[in-house]
Amino acid sequence: MSQAHTSESARQLWEAALEKSRTRDANFTTLSGTELKPMYAMEDARLDYDADLGYPGQFPFTRGVHPSMYRGRLWTMRQFAGFGTAAQTNERFRFLLANGQTGLSTAFDFPTLMGYDSDDDISLGEVGQVGVAISSLRDMETLFEGIPLGEVSTSMTINGPAPVMLAFYIACGERQGVDPAQLRGTIQNDILKEYQAQHAWLVPPEPALRMITDVMSYCATNVPQFNTISISGYHIREAGSTAAQELAFTLANGMDYVRRGIAAGMDVDDFAPRLSFFFDSHLDFFEEIAKFRAARRIWARKMRDVFGAKNPKSWMLRFHTQTAGVSLTAQQPENNIVRTAIEALAAVLGGTQSLHTNSMDETLSLPTEKAVKIALRTQQVIAEEHEVAHVADPLAGSFFVEAETNRLEADAEAYFKEIDSRGGVVACIDAGYIQREIHRSAVIYQRAIERGTKKVVGVNVYNEGEGKPEIDIHRNDKGVEAEQRERLSTLRSERDSAAATRELEAIRAACDNGDNLLERFVAAAHADCTLGEICGVLRDAFGKYKEPKIL
Amino acid sequence: MERKIRVLIAKPGLDGHDRGAKTVATVLRDHGMEVIYSGLHQTPEMIAEAALEEDVDVVGLSILSGAHMSLFPRIREELEKRDMKDVLLTGGGIIPEEDMAALEGDGFAKLFGPGTHTGEIAKWIQETMEARWAKENSDA
Repeated sequence: MSQAHTSESARQLWEAALEKSRTRDANFTTLSGTELKPMYAMEDARLDYDADLGYPGQFPFTRGVHPSMYRGRLWTMRQFAGFGTAAQTNERFRFLLANGQTGLSTAFDFPTLMGYDSDDDISLGEVGQVGVAISSLRDMETLFEGIPLGEVSTSMTINGPAPVMLAFYIACGERQGVDPAQLRGTIQNDILKEYQAQHAWLVPPEPALRMITDVMSYCATNVPQFNTISISGYHIREAGSTAAQELAFTLANGMDYVRRGIAAGMDVDDFAPRLSFFFDSHLDFFEEIAKFRAARRIWARKMRDVFGAKNPKSWMLRFHTQTAGVSLTAQQPENNIVRTAIEALAAVLGGTQSLHTNSMDETLSLPTEKAVKIALRTQQVIAEEHEVAHVADPLAGSFFVEAETNRLEADAEAYFKEIDSRGGVVACIDAGYIQREIHRSAVIYQRAIERGTKKVVGVNVYNEGEGKPEIDIHRNDKGVEAEQRERLSTLRSERDSAAATRELEAIRAACDNGDNLLERFVAAAHADCTLGEICGVLRDAFGKYKEPKIL
Repeated sequence: MERKIRVLIAKPGLDGHDRGAKTVATVLRDHGMEVIYSGLHQTPEMIAEAALEEDVDVVGLSILSGAHMSLFPRIREELEKRDMKDVLLTGGGIIPEEDMAALEGDGFAKLFGPGTHTGEIAKWIQETMEARWAKENSDA
């Protein structure tokens, strides 16, 4: 008793002293607008150690998914790359592997992301710009030429046409002599957040979600080591959400996929272990670490207690992280190296399974080789030179981090209730609710910067005025579009066109009769049907998506 | 009654990045302008058609896909085809400086890069339009 008494009076003394202390004229909130206390103590972080934290590798996995964390294996260093033709990106992939990168991550151009071939009129000017142009299995084979798909793990950031791209990848592996069961990697395939934030869709939500359950069920049997969805908060955050919204909307989307998998007749433990996640690591160091920890705890509880999963692998939230693109500035771009390093450190302290570090020049164009190398080296410095990877969940028990973890979990729960009361995720998308929430946060943030309540070095403080950034930038080769047109025309003249037509008709039939579409896409890939042709059939069968007006 | 500036904020091409476009649209509304937001995935024809139908004074394009050198001039041409060559043409996004300079020499009044204060965009539109209208009145 006397102990508590002392502590109470110590607190009162501190509060009195604080009252009299000088306070800088500054804003003590996170980017998300959460007011922080000047200090956190035990009473701010109420915890039941076993129920809320446990040990690493144990339910609820707040402290990480592996017992040894990075002592067992470092996170996968996976830089997102893609531009121009498949051959040019293949060269970048080999450069990254030669520099010690441990996994691949593919960025596609907008026509590919939207399911159009490079020679479609709508693709004019966009071919190979923000990623690599992949219109056929042949392009995919060029992309991975000399890279053994049985050995490397590959992530592919594509959503609307994701099932088709996965089919190209499976077929590409087969042509290299790799059994689909040996393929490792992740296909983003997270359509819900496309309607909410990233906006590269193919067809309306319901048929898109049916294709996703087709992927989950086909892969459970045939491609068991592949992550079938990377449920992504990254794009939600980059579109302007707060940390709590990123956490809540992402996990709500994840739960929607789980419900649909179960409704399609699958056992939750057959597909849940292959669900993975993808989060942003933004500027607020501790809030981000708390977000990763809260994500693991919420997911474990939902999977075990709400969805009845029995396999511990179904309870574990494994995630990829990318540092925050929106935190980079075009002004004084070298400063971005520092921002990225701190964001990357938060991801590591938060227990990420893989990481992309942004390059300093990405507000100006796609990154140069030099900028990418510095970004990769940033991860290597964190992994090799500091002690941060030696100890699992090193910030556990920090009053501040635990309080933030609790707060974010509570905020996410409040959003889950709100989404449920509005009829679920798809109803919220149709009504524009989630999109409006994200936009509202984006505007609040922008106003904070413009009023100067949020500081951005080089932009609203320590500004050096107008002036050209003193770094070289990447320029895309202008011949990509013509080269892709040529390749597609050769493909169309060389292939067995009767076989290609037959496969497209089989896809059309499967759209109506409910046969597994991924199985049909793999057959179509082998018959050299193009991405645009396959997606054209899907658009005909399922219709186009029209976004709700929110502004 | 004071004449209100009518603005079309448009997203050309397949680019899905709309945070900037929507933020700028909201800020311009706060500055008393009438703003129409096109939504995503607009072709040059759709944008010019919307500008004509809505009878706007300003067209602001937002692009982060790298396709600006192909799409922006096509939008200018489509506007010209519809006799809208006097519309104030502006925009922003991830556009390398040399491309900005080229487009500013090709019918675009001014382009804005990342980190721009949105108030600066609003002020520039207001001043440019007021100067134009003052000139029109004195010419009339």
